[in-house]
This record gives sequence, structure tokens and C-alpha cells, in this order.
Amino acid sequence: MASYSTSEFRGGLKIMLDNDPYVIVENDIVKPGKGQAFNRVKVRNLKTGRTIDRTFKSGESVEGADVMDTNMEYLYNDGEFWHFMDPNTYEQIAASQEAVGDSYKWLKEQDSCEVTLWNGVPLTVTPPNFVELKVTETDPGLKGDTSGGGGKPATLQTGAVVRVPLFIQIDEVIKVDTRSAEYVSRVKDA
Amino acid sequence: MPDSHSDWRAVASLKTLQQRAAMLTAIRHFFLERSVLEVETPLLSHAGNPDTSIESLTSHCSIHGKEQLLYLQTSPEFAMKRLLASGSGAIYQICKAFREEPLTDLHNPEFTLLEWYRPGFDHFQLMEEITSLLQHLGLVEKKSDVMSLGYQQLFDCYAGINPFQATVDELFSVVTENGINVHVASANQAKPGKGFTHDELLDLILTHIIQPQLTQQDFVFVHSYPASQASLARVSEKNPQIAERFELFAKGVELANGFNELTDSIEQARRFQSDSGIREQKKLRKIKYDQHLIDALASGLKPCAGVALGLDRLLMLIAGGNSIREVLAFPFDRA
Repeated sequence: MASYSTSEFRGGLKIMLDNDPYVIVENDIVKPGKGQAFNRVKVRNLKTGRTIDRTFKSGESVEGADVMDTNMEYLYNDGEFWHFMDPNTYEQIAASQEAVGDSYKWLKEQDSCEVTLWNGVPLTVTPPNFVELKVTETDPGLKGDTSGGGGKPATLQTGAVVRVPLFIQIDEVIKVDTRSAEYVSRVKDA
Repeated sequence: MPDSHSDWRAVASLKTLQQRAAMLTAIRHFFLERSVLEVETPLLSHAGNPDTSIESLTSHCSIHGKEQLLYLQTSPEFAMKRLLASGSGAIYQICKAFREEPLTDLHNPEFTLLEWYRPGFDHFQLMEEITSLLQHLGLVEKKSDVMSLGYQQLFDCYAGINPFQATVDELFSVVTENGINVHVASANQAKPGKGFTHDELLDLILTHIIQPQLTQQDFVFVHSYPASQASLARVSEKNPQIAERFELFAKGVELANGFNELTDSIEQARRFQSDSGIREQKKLRKIKYDQHLIDALASGLKPCAGVALGLDRLLMLIAGGNSIREVLAFPFDRA
């Protein structure tokens, strides 16, 4: 893997620190007029999601992390692993619960997800920004109330619970923003 | 920012442009009253600055059919000292300087410097005059509002360590105790100071621990730097550990750097050669140093003090901005 000098540091660059893959979130340079410059960097651990500060002497190099974002189709869950497929090569990979984390709530079969691979192994799974999921459980609500004010909880086919307007009924399909876990709209059946 | 059709526009507001003009007028008025002569020296020079912490911008050109490598000045220091040695008397200059360095809230590769020299002054007298200039600009009310302390006192007060006596390991402990998470390459784990030099650790403590504590102070002079960081200052005759160099910090930001100037041509040549040696060692670009400066010092330069003050940063104080971009008509990315 290539190594990167501090002069190549920028947001989004993936580097290895203490044997873990990190992504640079922020890169500040501190430069005295006459003296040693430093890069004050905010980095996020790609395994734990934890963000830390780290100061580098400018001019130093660090090893890059072999981290790749790939678009993959979600296939199924076998009770232990979540299986994805590369739509171009049809190659399949299995992601652990640790890698999938809370994203499981938004994984619907055949949806395309971003799977981040570290040395070829899934590190994190990011669902699409918007997913369409069927309501499996919700209070029938009041007939004729279409204002949407107030809302009620609804359980979706994946187990996720979101607040929906009162007019949403069981078996309807809704569109959800996975980043905020918020209801967006009702999806008319095709 | 990139690819926008409004990038032709000035970044600084009209008000800031007016404040810049007023600042320049006030500075010229200040020096006129004191009979300090305004001068101009070349921005492009055949020689560069070998200082290992500064990189020069260069220009390749063909003049009279001769291919030449020219350096854009990193400060007007060398040329102004040649003027002093030529008998100019007290001089000042407002000019552009150039350094190849990344853009930050405090750095633009092209910036404006005010530099002046006072024959017969030592660095303490020059610090007094800087305070007078700040008063003249309405930035300081009373002289006593400006704090002044030695480098040792500064480290003692704000980091609890003696910068002259502490070992590299002791300095490194101060860094860790203050919660600074420094990257240490695995090959350096077992080395003294985790592979950092004494001066690197002092710079680390200054920039990461001390300067953030100075943000509440409008103006602080720090003087009597370690001789290892003398740059172009003379080393004290009384205490060879100390360089007669000072810096002015404004709200924790480095605003000016000054010296009781080194006038010894042999020592100057030695420092240029030492910098060149370090450049080679660190695989930095080779820089042709200014033999004219050595010759000028050899012909005789009377004792003098000089200072360079960053005018864009001074304008940031006047205009109240957080980024140097806001005080420049066209910052680097729009230049």
C-alpha cells in the first residue's frame, strides 16, 4: 500500500494508525514563521467510528489504508452474516454484525448499498439514502385524518420503527430517509 | 469553491479594502514623522533564503537569451541589510513576500509584510517602537497593555517547564500530559524524545499548548529565544544560550518577528552553510544563498535592530476577521 506524506493529507484520505484504518476528517496546519510545522488532524477510526485528534510533524509519512468503497447488492441474511454481491463480477461477500451495525434496519433485498472493504473484508455497510419499505405494524389511526399532524409509530418489514403520518396503514409502502430515520412519503403501488 | 462563475469577485469587502488603505496610510505617516525612509527592493532575486523552515517560490525566465532561476523573496531582509550597509540609515518597506506553504486561516502564499530597520536600536528599543506603532494605529491604549516576557518565562508560566534545561524526554512528557496526541513512528518509539529534536518539541509546546492560552491577550512580546532558534539574530554576549530575537503575538497569533541583527559576516556565512547542510540532509531543495549579503556585512554593518510584521494579519485584527482570506482582495485560489 502506498504511503502518504503529510502534505498529501486531506479530508477523506484513508490511513493506517496503530494498526487500524482511519479516515481523515479535518486537516489543520500549524506553521510557525521560523520553526517546525505540524499537521493537526482529526481522524475517524473506520472500525469503531470514534474520532480522535492526532498531531503529525509535517513532512512525516504514514501508510495508506487499503480501504475501498464499493456498491453491492444486498442478498440475504443467514442469521449470522449479511450477504452482498458485486453486481459486476457476481462475487459474493459476507459482512459480520459488527460491520453492518445499525444499518441492518434499512437493508432490503436487492437494494444497492455501499460496502466499505478493508483488505477485502467488509468494514462498514451504508444503506442507500432513501429506502422503500412496507409497513408491517401500525395503529389503524383515525379514518379521514389526512393532515399528517402528530403522527404515530410504524414498524417496517425490516424491524425498523419510524414515525409516520396518521393516514399510513399496514401493508402500505413508505419512503424513508435512512440518514435521519425519518418518513419522507407514501409510495403508490406500481 | 472551484468552478463557480462568481470566483472573479473580490473576497474582501469594500469596508476591509478601505481599512487596508487607512492602515497603510497610517503606517506611512508614522514613519514619515520619525524620519524613517521608505524604500523598495527587488521582489525577484538571484539568491534565495536557505532557512530550513521556509520554502521559496521560484521563477524560471529567459532574459537576454540566458535561462535563469530567480527566487521570489520570502522577506526583504537581505536586500534591506544591503541598503543599510550602503549607508541608508533607518528604513522601512511595505512589500509582498512569498512562501511556498499550504493555505490556512493564517497563511496565503503571497502576503504583505512591513519590515523596518533601526540603526543604533537594540531589539528592546525596537519592541518599544512597535508598541508606539500599535498605539498610533489605535490598537493599544497604554504601553503597559502590552505584555513582554522572556521565552523561558513564557514556558515556565504556560507550560511549567524550563525550555533551556529540560531534556527531550521531559519536554515530550509535557506534550502528553497536556493531552496532545502526537504521532510517533514505530521506529522512533524507543528513541529519546520519541525521535523529536529539542527545538521541534519546543515548537510543538509553543504552538499546541502556549499559543492557545495567549488568545485572550491582545499583544504579547516574547524575547530571548534559545540560541538554536536564532535565525538571523545575534547571540547574546552575556549568555550564549540566548538569541536576541523576539516575536509579537496578537491574540495568540504570530504577528511579528524581530532581531537584534546579526552583523558578523563570518557567522552569517556559517549559518547559511549550516542551513544548506540541513537542507541537504532533509532532502529539501538546494537554495543558492545571498553572497551579496555576506559581502555587505563584511564591508561593515552598524549594530541595528529589525522586524518584519505581517500586515494581512494586522488587518485581520483591525477588521475582526478569522481568516486571512477575508482581508485579501483575491486570495491564492482566486489569484
